[in-house]
Amino acid sequence: MGRIVIDRDVCKGCYLCIQACPKKLLKISSEPNLHGDFPAEFVDKNNECIGCAACAMNCPDVAIKEVYR
Amino acid sequence: MAKELVKGNEAIAKAAIKAGCQCYFGYPITPQSEIGEYMGANLPKLGRVFITAESELASINMVIGAGTTGTKAMTSSSSCGIALMQEAFSAMCCAEVPGVIVSVMRGGPGLGNIAPAQGDYFQALKGGGNGDYKLIVLSPSNVQEAIDLTYRAFHLALKYRNPVMLLADGILGQMMEPAEFGEYPYKDPDVNEWALSGANNRPARNIVSLHMPEGEMEQRTNMLFEKYAAVAKNETTFEEYMLKDAKLVLTAFGTVGRVAKAVVDRAREAGMKVGLFRPITLFPFPDKNLHEVAKNADMILDLELNMGQMLLDVRSAVFGACPVEFYGRPAGGLLTPDMIFEKVQELYKKLDDKTKAGVI
Amino acid sequence: METLVYKRPESLLKDGHFTFCPGCGHGVVLRMIAELIDEFNLQKDTIAISSVGCSIFLEKFFNLDVAGASHGRSTCVATGIKRCKPDKFVFTYQGDGDAATIGFNETIHTACRGEHITTVMINNTNFGMTGGQASATTLVGQVTTTTPMGRKAELTGYPLHAAEIVAKCDGTAYSARVAITDTKNIRKAKEALKKAFEIQMKGQGFAFVEVLAACPTNWHMKPAEAIEYMEKVTETVHPVGVFKDITKETI
Repeated sequence: MGRIVIDRDVCKGCYLCIQACPKKLLKISSEPNLHGDFPAEFVDKNNECIGCAACAMNCPDVAIKEVYR
Repeated sequence: MAKELVKGNEAIAKAAIKAGCQCYFGYPITPQSEIGEYMGANLPKLGRVFITAESELASINMVIGAGTTGTKAMTSSSSCGIALMQEAFSAMCCAEVPGVIVSVMRGGPGLGNIAPAQGDYFQALKGGGNGDYKLIVLSPSNVQEAIDLTYRAFHLALKYRNPVMLLADGILGQMMEPAEFGEYPYKDPDVNEWALSGANNRPARNIVSLHMPEGEMEQRTNMLFEKYAAVAKNETTFEEYMLKDAKLVLTAFGTVGRVAKAVVDRAREAGMKVGLFRPITLFPFPDKNLHEVAKNADMILDLELNMGQMLLDVRSAVFGACPVEFYGRPAGGLLTPDMIFEKVQELYKKLDDKTKAGVI
Repeated sequence: METLVYKRPESLLKDGHFTFCPGCGHGVVLRMIAELIDEFNLQKDTIAISSVGCSIFLEKFFNLDVAGASHGRSTCVATGIKRCKPDKFVFTYQGDGDAATIGFNETIHTACRGEHITTVMINNTNFGMTGGQASATTLVGQVTTTTPMGRKAELTGYPLHAAEIVAKCDGTAYSARVAITDTKNIRKAKEALKKAFEIQMKGQGFAFVEVLAACPTNWHMKPAEAIEYMEKVTETVHPVGVFKDITKETI
């Protein structure tokens, strides 16, 4: 079981993390951030995250600032 | 210490080593290749750095690298090689990187020739690089002065965190005469306040020349020009010779100053009241001092091995206080004592005629 | 009990958020460099050299001493620094416009001298910061603002293969091309960068890593499309691989 922390105001909405997540636990937020981008959002209702940090590795903005396992 | 017989280029190189120059980066070009050769033979023996770079662009940027660490470094080149370095000079001034550049002028424009000339006054003082910036420029007229000014160049570069150019010409570079090295006479400032060394228990530092936020570059330029004003206040030097009663004042820089001095002696022997004003720092230019001289003179004759470059600064300094004449030869044409003396006689006669006619 | 397995690298400034376009590859590479500086505990001993292009603002991101170089001259500035301070870790961060176009002469000669520095070159096959003009590494057929009909070999020649040429230089200890296309390849890229760090720390010679990275804005693609383009097109012209590694060669 894992968890990630997204700095939603740093996310620019490139969504490369969505593509990278093996469990498909990232989606586009419906709420814009400070800059008007719709950031990636972590949704893990069934505790599927394995804390692999693939999202963080693919994120060009270090918006995924912490990954826990 | 005893005097020794030494060639201008070698004297500059030897003085640089005595000044504590840790690195030489250069690219060969006549008439200054002896500087690089001397460095190549001697720096490695002292455990210091010598690199023949792939170009003048590379050598001056290596000087920048060394300069950002507060290390004394230099390059040397001649006219077309110095032309390639202009972007870096501007960047060094902006980012406040110290460094010493020796420019041994040859004939131009273009590849020109390898004869001695002074056609790179504008290049050193007015130009090439982008934006508002100033090199400190020192102009030696003999081998002894080349040594002394090499010492001073290294000191001023660190004192003001600015590139300093020693502007010599092919005559000086190739000339042998007795000179004394003595010891490096300056106490240099501590570089640990600003030099890059890794952000060890202190905030990270940067030495860069890009300043994008609105107003930042304007503020920085104003700061640089306050510094240049301090350089002008503290560092302006020049030679005055027989000026007290001089009606005709010769102005010249570098080796021409030395020829002009001999002409002053000859003119005095012939009963003409002639003197010499020779700027040693070209930036800062001794404009206020020259203006005072001009107020007491009837005429100034500016002598240069070019088509009239320092002439602009002379006119600007004189600012109408007396007429300014120019006599020069470009691209390897030399001004001999006879030629200058003839010109002095011609102009002096005009002054005498005017005095007799009551005009002045 | 959960454990922290990943966090923002310490050698990035706390508020030094990247100012690149969405999906730009620069951020991934800078993050990996910062991670390696943390891992090798180099923060106190590093001097970074920025270049001209999108690679310029290092001091705004890194908690490191930074020297700025003019266009194409980063490896010269690095040479000056490293020769004066051989105990420091010195790396240049450049783009293909800087290291492979205007500054390739400097890149090659730095390699031939075997300077003990690490050069990271982002290759996104165009001049990104000035708006997407063709560079030396632009692919034949690639549309840029200066090749609106696609780069034509008969007019502007062929792309320059930096990592392969650098590998030919005797002073080069390591030269590789990597592509940051997906998790697996990002891991490989980090391994290459790590190697290039170690080469310098051991004083083995010049280390060069060319990183194929996406420039979605100037390629006029969405970030995911740009990644796919890299995999399907860019890599066929600029293949990934290790072209020299003296630590693997036997005498």
